[in-house]
Amino acid sequence: MAFVAGTDIVSQLLYAASMLFFVVIMLYGQKIQMYVMIREVENSLRKLKLIKEEGRKTTIETIKEIGKPETDPSPRVDRYLEYFTISPQSMDPAGIVNKLDHILDVRDSRFKDEVKLMAPASDEVQVNNLENTLEAAMALNFIYRVVRHFYIQGKKTLSPYVIMQLQMILPLVMKEAEAYSSALKAFAYGQPIGDGVGALVAAKLIYGSKTRKVPKDCVVATIPFEGRTALVVKARGPGGNVGKPGDAVKELIEENKGKIASVIMVDAGLKLEGEKVGEVAEGIGAAIGGPGVDQYKIEDSLVKYKIPVNAVIVREDIADAVSPMRKEIADSVDSVIERVKSVVLERTKEDDKIIIVGVGNTIGIGQ
Amino acid sequence: MIVLTVLALSIIALIFGAQAYLMQNDTVALYLLAIGFISMGLAVYVLVQSRKRMAKMKIETPKIMTTVECRKCDTKNVREFERGDFVFKELDKCDKCDENKIITAIYKIVKEKEKPFTI
Ligand SMILES: [Zn+2]
Repeated sequence: MAFVAGTDIVSQLLYAASMLFFVVIMLYGQKIQMYVMIREVENSLRKLKLIKEEGRKTTIETIKEIGKPETDPSPRVDRYLEYFTISPQSMDPAGIVNKLDHILDVRDSRFKDEVKLMAPASDEVQVNNLENTLEAAMALNFIYRVVRHFYIQGKKTLSPYVIMQLQMILPLVMKEAEAYSSALKAFAYGQPIGDGVGALVAAKLIYGSKTRKVPKDCVVATIPFEGRTALVVKARGPGGNVGKPGDAVKELIEENKGKIASVIMVDAGLKLEGEKVGEVAEGIGAAIGGPGVDQYKIEDSLVKYKIPVNAVIVREDIADAVSPMRKEIADSVDSVIERVKSVVLERTKEDDKIIIVGVGNTIGIGQ
Repeated sequence: MIVLTVLALSIIALIFGAQAYLMQNDTVALYLLAIGFISMGLAVYVLVQSRKRMAKMKIETPKIMTTVECRKCDTKNVREFERGDFVFKELDKCDKCDENKIITAIYKIVKEKEKPFTI
């Protein structure tokens, strides 16, 4: 039989094969590596698609359950998922904050109207929660589209630069997508998220006192605090909502004609790898995330009256911040309040008026 | 696809190897068997790996717990989260006194999977 040749021929064949192998590796090694990378990206993309589809399904189911729409909301949701927002031109940056603020306001009211159309039976709290849910679904959709774009581009060009870029950031992108996916579920059910720790601290201080509304979507309560008077601000819960603490703080400072001894901001802060979740840290500055509009407004009114600003943060990573609140974070509330107390005792005098701002999304947190 | 081809080829190599062994062509049999086993091992390994990856695709959802407290008589119980719960929501009357129960916390418990770094 042909394949049972002499030993000589077999070893020669093997030798030739190994030479061929080396030549192939030398000439096409990079291409092969690219294919391996593309396959890796492909797997992640598949997972992203799964996450995205699941998010869309959860969103539509929640809308159907809460909103009781007469028609199928799916086409409207699909259209909503493709919405985009164009940030203002920054060539001449003067006044850009107001422009951005305006764009965000328009976006917000447009989204709320859209949600009301999708889910007519929902109350205000549910509209807020659904809006947040849809935004998470939008974020997932966007991540999927961008990764797919680079994947197809990489496959078309086989350019190592395109593929490697994508492959390098992919673990972080996947982590973010998973975080958004759990955020989506939290929003759909109205569960508090890690970012809400500031709001939770404020709620704990406020609980039992009378509150009044301040612009925009915020509440404030005046409470006695360690011999001082504290104005505690948070976004109005329990719907998913961050409010506009910038406007609220500005108004409170103006109301008191600048006679505020200190502003203390409580927020979730990003932790570095190796740090513990729920650790409390203290510092200086306006601790508030988001697009920067609120930070600008707060700093602006602080500078006008030269009011010192302190920050107390609870450390958590981005995944913890947008997914249901971890026990460690919920348990940190008491130590945050202790920290705020010590800041107040050290930095202000008796009978002073202070503002405590609980920053963050107040979903699932009342007052 | 490639994996399955390799698997098929490895089986063919094993069959030929066995045939060669029966024909007392020891060297060829040795080569073929070695190639067959190695490539089969590789193919199986890759298959198992991709299976594992598929299993990892599923996202697990941890349970969300709600703590219900009565401030007056200090009773506290933890139950699973229900839609409509929010922190500082007033619930129905307490079983022991006529104070309303309130929700004091909603959280999830995460089992830390990663090893802590102690450097
Ligand atoms: Zn009781």
